[in-house]
Amino acid sequence: MAGYEVFGTWVAALLTLCLMSFLYKDNPFFRFAEALFAGVSLGYYIGITLDQTLRPNLFIPLAEQGVTGDTAHLRFAGLVGLNLYTRYIPKIAWFARSSLALYVGYYVGINMVQKLQGEVLPQAAATMVDLSGDGNVMSAFNSFVMLVGVITVLMYFFFSVEHKGGFGKASRIGIWFLMLGFGAAFGYTVMGRVSLLIGRFNFIVIQWIGGTLQSLGFGG
Amino acid sequence: MFLRLRLPLLLTLLAGLIPIIAFFFKDDATFIKKPNSWLEQDMVIVSGFALLLGVVNVVQSNVRKIERREKGWLFAAVLLFGMFFMGIFGAAGAMRLGGLPGIGNYPNGTPTPFAWGSVYMFTPLQSTMFALLAFYIASAAFRAFRVRNLEATILLVAAVFVMLGRIPVGEGAFGSVTEWMMQVPNGAAQRGIIIGAALGAASLSLRVILGIERSYLGLEKSE
Repeated sequence: MAGYEVFGTWVAALLTLCLMSFLYKDNPFFRFAEALFAGVSLGYYIGITLDQTLRPNLFIPLAEQGVTGDTAHLRFAGLVGLNLYTRYIPKIAWFARSSLALYVGYYVGINMVQKLQGEVLPQAAATMVDLSGDGNVMSAFNSFVMLVGVITVLMYFFFSVEHKGGFGKASRIGIWFLMLGFGAAFGYTVMGRVSLLIGRFNFIVIQWIGGTLQSLGFGG
Repeated sequence: MFLRLRLPLLLTLLAGLIPIIAFFFKDDATFIKKPNSWLEQDMVIVSGFALLLGVVNVVQSNVRKIERREKGWLFAAVLLFGMFFMGIFGAAGAMRLGGLPGIGNYPNGTPTPFAWGSVYMFTPLQSTMFALLAFYIASAAFRAFRVRNLEATILLVAAVFVMLGRIPVGEGAFGSVTEWMMQVPNGAAQRGIIIGAALGAASLSLRVILGIERSYLGLEKSE
């Protein structure tokens, strides 16, 4: 193992143990690792944003093409982005609103089209299928359960009508479907977290302890 | 008044309508496709600046904490150290300064300081933070899964089947039931949620474009 790997493994292992110490109770080691995690995460996203968003979309095109008509809109975007920071200058803080308005406006416009065309219509179309199942009983049953599930869940989310009588009963069936969905999601989450935990223990036992023992001449 | 209040609302309307109108035209309709393509590229850049805006807020609040020696100021210093360590090496890598080849590894496979921080600090801290929840999720499960009524029972049964069906020992016995449960009833619930949430998001988008919803600008309805 190279020096940076050994040092890195020790840092990672000690930080892992610091965080796990929370299982005993809140303590300064946990809070140290927690604060470091918050800072490192933020720094990580600074690097990723600069390298993968601003560099390929703004810095490189401007450096390669220079100040030409083709890059005018990129310079405009840079100015709009910088204008967001005027919020820290009290006298002209309202300048930032225009940048925010453009940014929010564009993404809500995109979002509206994407949600309707990319989610509502395909999901509704996939629900409205031939209930006969082309002669396959299981397929017909599944399509029927799917249709009932989608309609009753939507009825549960429809709050303009009081949930009583026939509507209330239908929305109750919707709750059963939702509970099943939440149960499944919960089960998946548990499996995911336990798998992460196993990964951390593997790291501690195999990479850290095993690696250290191996470097000291113990084990194969 | 116009510049402070009306102009931002007008810009929201304009920027929001462009992608919607562009959606209804073919690629050769340059009058709308070109501004839409510009906006598409430009807003990615603005989103980069917007993300970095949060950094300024974090620095401000933590520096204030350190200056006033508030409780836990040492942890604020640790946070800033972590942020500057990764941020400075990340920025230098992104700008290819100081001989750095980027934010990944050197050609010989040695990690740059940013890549080292990602592998040996960011990733283990993130995985452990999420892994810790495995313990707390167990106590949450005890409260959520107590069989009190039909709804809680369905929740319990679904979770148990999913967990059993996804491990080697239970895959044979429960695999097909789990698969059906995930595909059909769970699929129906997810589909209902997706349609409901998408309709809600679309209507909120419309409210923002039309200037009915303006809290994102720090404005009240009456302003």
